[in-house]
Amino acid sequence: MTAFDEERLARLIRALPPAPEAWVRAAQELPLARAGLDEIVARAEADAGFRARLVADLEAALEAEGYERDPALMELLKVRFKSK
Amino acid sequence: MAQTLSDSELVARCRAGDQQAWAELVERFSRYVYAISVQAFRLPDADAEDVFQEVFARAYEHLDKLRDDAAVRPWLAQLTRRLCIDRLRASTRERPTADEEMELAGSEETLTMLEDALTVHEALAATPEHCREILDRFFARDESYRTIGEALDLPAGTIASRISRCLTRLREFFEGRTQPEGSSSTR
Repeated sequence: MTAFDEERLARLIRALPPAPEAWVRAAQELPLARAGLDEIVARAEADAGFRARLVADLEAALEAEGYERDPALMELLKVRFKSK
Repeated sequence: MAQTLSDSELVARCRAGDQQAWAELVERFSRYVYAISVQAFRLPDADAEDVFQEVFARAYEHLDKLRDDAAVRPWLAQLTRRLCIDRLRASTRERPTADEEMELAGSEETLTMLEDALTVHEALAATPEHCREILDRFFARDESYRTIGEALDLPAGTIASRISRCLTRLREFFEGRTQPEGSSSTR
């Protein structure tokens, strides 16, 4: 890192504005979504039809099964099914 | 924004299932991840939000694969860059542009600047609260003197001089002249 003067410090502080609060909150809630994730993954492992529907259209499959739409849970499920 | 745990301590706590530590990790790196996607790769908001959530979801799921806990910052940066490139590739397949290669590379200059910016924000987090608050509100949150004055219960006329003193203090910290939580006060 090169030397800093006050002007450069000001520019660098300005370069990192906060991310939208709702995005941050959703990411912070990932651990809470984890319990729901484990249940859905266990079901998908036991039921090939459910798993196929999840892979084809995650949101529609969950909605059809009556799961509430939870952005944090959706992200975890996407990661889990992509990595398998 | 006060930074008490090192990155590696924070990662270790997250891996042990500490939800508070996870919330702090997200808070610590949220600006950086956001800035990479909107400034270096110029993603529109909807794509930037998807990338943001996917970065943290992947990080949460794969934290145990991180070989060096202290390397969480470059790991998140790399993950963000890769997901931004995937997004841009997907959108340019639908809508090819002449500047495709340039877009996909991101701006190296901007990425380097954002790394420096995160270093400055980390140093800022170690400064006294009144400096941290006023510099963040004025520069990063783009708040007016009036808004800052009302929020911090300060006369608006004193804010410019406080900002100047806090910037000097931050510069001195980088020059190694003072500790960030030194005994002298700029109040």
